[in-house]
Amino acid sequence: MNINLIKPNKENLTNYVSIGGFLVLLGFIDFLANTFFNLNVTGFLPERLSYFMPIIFGTIGLYLIRIEFSGNRLLDKINTNFNSSNFNAILSLLVIFVLIKFVPPLLNWFIFDADFIGTKKEDCTSGGACWVFVKVWLNRFVYGMYPDAEQWRINAAFLILFFLVGASFFVPVKFKKYFLGFLLFIYPIIGLKLIGGGDFGLKYVETGAWGGLSLTFIVSAFALILCFPIGMFLALGRRSNLPAIKYSSIGFIELWRGVPLITVLFMSAVMFPMFLPDGTYVDKLIRVLIAITLFEAAYMAEVIRGGLQALPKGQYDAAKSLGMGYWRMHFLIILPQALKLVIPGIANTFLALVKDTPLIFVVGLLELAGMVNLAKTNPKWLGMAMEGYVFAGLVFWVICYAMSRYSQNLETKLSTER
Amino acid sequence: MNLKNFKINLSNKNKGLIPQVLTVLFIILAVVYFTINAQNNMGNRGISFGFGFLSQESSFDIAFSLIDYDGSYSYARAFLVGLLNTILVSAIGIFFATILGVTVGISRLSQNYLISKTAEWYVEIFRNIPLILQIFFWYFAALRALPLTVDSINFYDISFLNVKGWYVPRFIWTNFSLFFYSIIAAIISIFFVSKYAKKQRDEFGKQIPTLYISLGILIGLPFLTFLLGGVTLSFKIPELTQLSKTIYVYQGGVTIIPELISLALALSMYTATFIAENVRAGILGVNKGQKEAAASIGLTKSQILKLVVMPQALRIIIPPTTNQYLNLTKNSSLAAAIAYPDIVLVFAGTALMQTGRAIEIISITMLTYLSLSLSISIFMNWYNKKMAIKEK
Repeated sequence: MNINLIKPNKENLTNYVSIGGFLVLLGFIDFLANTFFNLNVTGFLPERLSYFMPIIFGTIGLYLIRIEFSGNRLLDKINTNFNSSNFNAILSLLVIFVLIKFVPPLLNWFIFDADFIGTKKEDCTSGGACWVFVKVWLNRFVYGMYPDAEQWRINAAFLILFFLVGASFFVPVKFKKYFLGFLLFIYPIIGLKLIGGGDFGLKYVETGAWGGLSLTFIVSAFALILCFPIGMFLALGRRSNLPAIKYSSIGFIELWRGVPLITVLFMSAVMFPMFLPDGTYVDKLIRVLIAITLFEAAYMAEVIRGGLQALPKGQYDAAKSLGMGYWRMHFLIILPQALKLVIPGIANTFLALVKDTPLIFVVGLLELAGMVNLAKTNPKWLGMAMEGYVFAGLVFWVICYAMSRYSQNLETKLSTER
Repeated sequence: MNLKNFKINLSNKNKGLIPQVLTVLFIILAVVYFTINAQNNMGNRGISFGFGFLSQESSFDIAFSLIDYDGSYSYARAFLVGLLNTILVSAIGIFFATILGVTVGISRLSQNYLISKTAEWYVEIFRNIPLILQIFFWYFAALRALPLTVDSINFYDISFLNVKGWYVPRFIWTNFSLFFYSIIAAIISIFFVSKYAKKQRDEFGKQIPTLYISLGILIGLPFLTFLLGGVTLSFKIPELTQLSKTIYVYQGGVTIIPELISLALALSMYTATFIAENVRAGILGVNKGQKEAAASIGLTKSQILKLVVMPQALRIIIPPTTNQYLNLTKNSSLAAAIAYPDIVLVFAGTALMQTGRAIEIISITMLTYLSLSLSISIFMNWYNKKMAIKEK
């Protein structure tokens, strides 16, 4: 194949680069003039051709500057990263043009044209996002319908939690076990009592009033703490030699993994009360927590089973040869290693759990997304759906992204040993 | 000594026996306890357990249905409508999620910095926002911003998009069954062609261009029915009609309701991120030496991709991707949040409200999903066994 195209070469580097650079620049000028000044520089050409002119200019220009080993560092970098073939050149141009076209309007809506000052919908006049909506409703988005005067209790519960978690790094190793035990098993009850009230002179706040972001955290934290041990026992059960235990574990795990969470929540809302003695009332939040916990425990069990399977058989044999029984072998030798192996999986399960919490709207509990849904139907704030969902999405994104990054860090940190 | 041995044997046996008996006993007790309570409760409310209600008249309407349905049909029919709607949205979601996911997954491996970064951010953004929020966003925020019926967005005068939905032309077929059978025949013959091609390749080392042949069959055979079988196809384009002074509607075409659009959009964009990660992992998982070895025995670039890289990459990609398809199907139950009439909304929502038969209806719904996922996981186990590398 010998097509007589001008082949850019190194000898005439400056010529090619200046012509190519000029053409690319021309393409950009054409595009920018089109987008921002409504000015069609190539308007004299047929409509279709004029439309694609920036791409054509840019592609030809990029072709001309595609010179391997030119000796110029910047040029080489551009060529390898953006311009390794004609196809890549077109793709790069397309991406850049799409970004130029769509990012400024989005930014304008998001920040530059947005309204931040005011207290009611009429204060939003500039045409961009109305963040006043979020500002006014922020209290509800975070605390739900929790009475304003009592909100310090939620704050206190979370502050103590952060303090305790922070303190756990400085506790001497000797007491760490007890401290963590307190943090995981005693503190949740204290926190629940603090938020729920009813005793010690604290006003009782019914769980229907809990909501917003704090409820997201409460539900995910409790479900995580509870689903972990259940999942662990299910995983051990599934690998057990005893058929009755093995098959009941398999049945339990596959049952929950086979159905969507929303039907499980429906079940906890309408079917579960039918199974209890007449007149027994179990709180909505508790029912939801049980449902989510059992559901996530099944997933956790599969993750932990993956870790158990990955351990070499020698570990079991070694433990047995030391005369350890089933429980001592698992708790002292097998599980510590298996759990470390599956930290990313555990983190993913937790991530899925956090992302699943909005579903509790099914039973009428409104966490962040549910509160946005409620707020946008308020007659004074109609038409604010976009702002509400963007805000909620941003909050969830920050939480989930931070968590996934943290788990990746943990993974690399712990994988150095092997 | 005999006695001692006996004792040890007994204790060893008991060791396994006691926990098992306890487990079984616990399960039986729980089931009995729940059953007695359920019986008492239902007795108090004057309802008896049974599935007879399925044949009763449902007397509620469903906004969107693939088969004939109105209030005079039975609850069983309503269940079928919901199930079909679930399958419809899952199929659409799976289709687009696969295309988008594969594209993004390959883009993430691109040498082009811009492309790979864009793909990476796409994955990071859409994976970390709860699906339900994305559905809400598309339905309540994005699609509500579309224009009213009078000034719909016009696609070349054949299809119209507005706040009420997307109006597309209706296909009007004659002899549709013949066309349908021709497609099935084409698929069957493609199966035999590929089998024959594989045999030729394995035995004689001959390469048969299977892809072109199967594409030819797939297009040619149905096309023949147009020429010879009297199959015709015409389109009915939706038209704007004025019902009253202010009410306009499009009539004559097919309406794709906004619930379906937003659900399919959110499902496919969310699941695509996971599929993209699977694709990336699959392609990265193929050993570099494999490609070099293939190149060194003189295979061309496309042969390397087709015969060496793809079979190995697919082995890594397909199991987790099927899992994602399953997740997508299960996630389609979030339809209930925006009132898309899927099985959860129609059956576990409306039908349950009307009949009050919580236990029966929830069990049917859960069993439907359960049988779906169990059948897929059985298929996956079979597939994995078949595809596992057989070491020689």
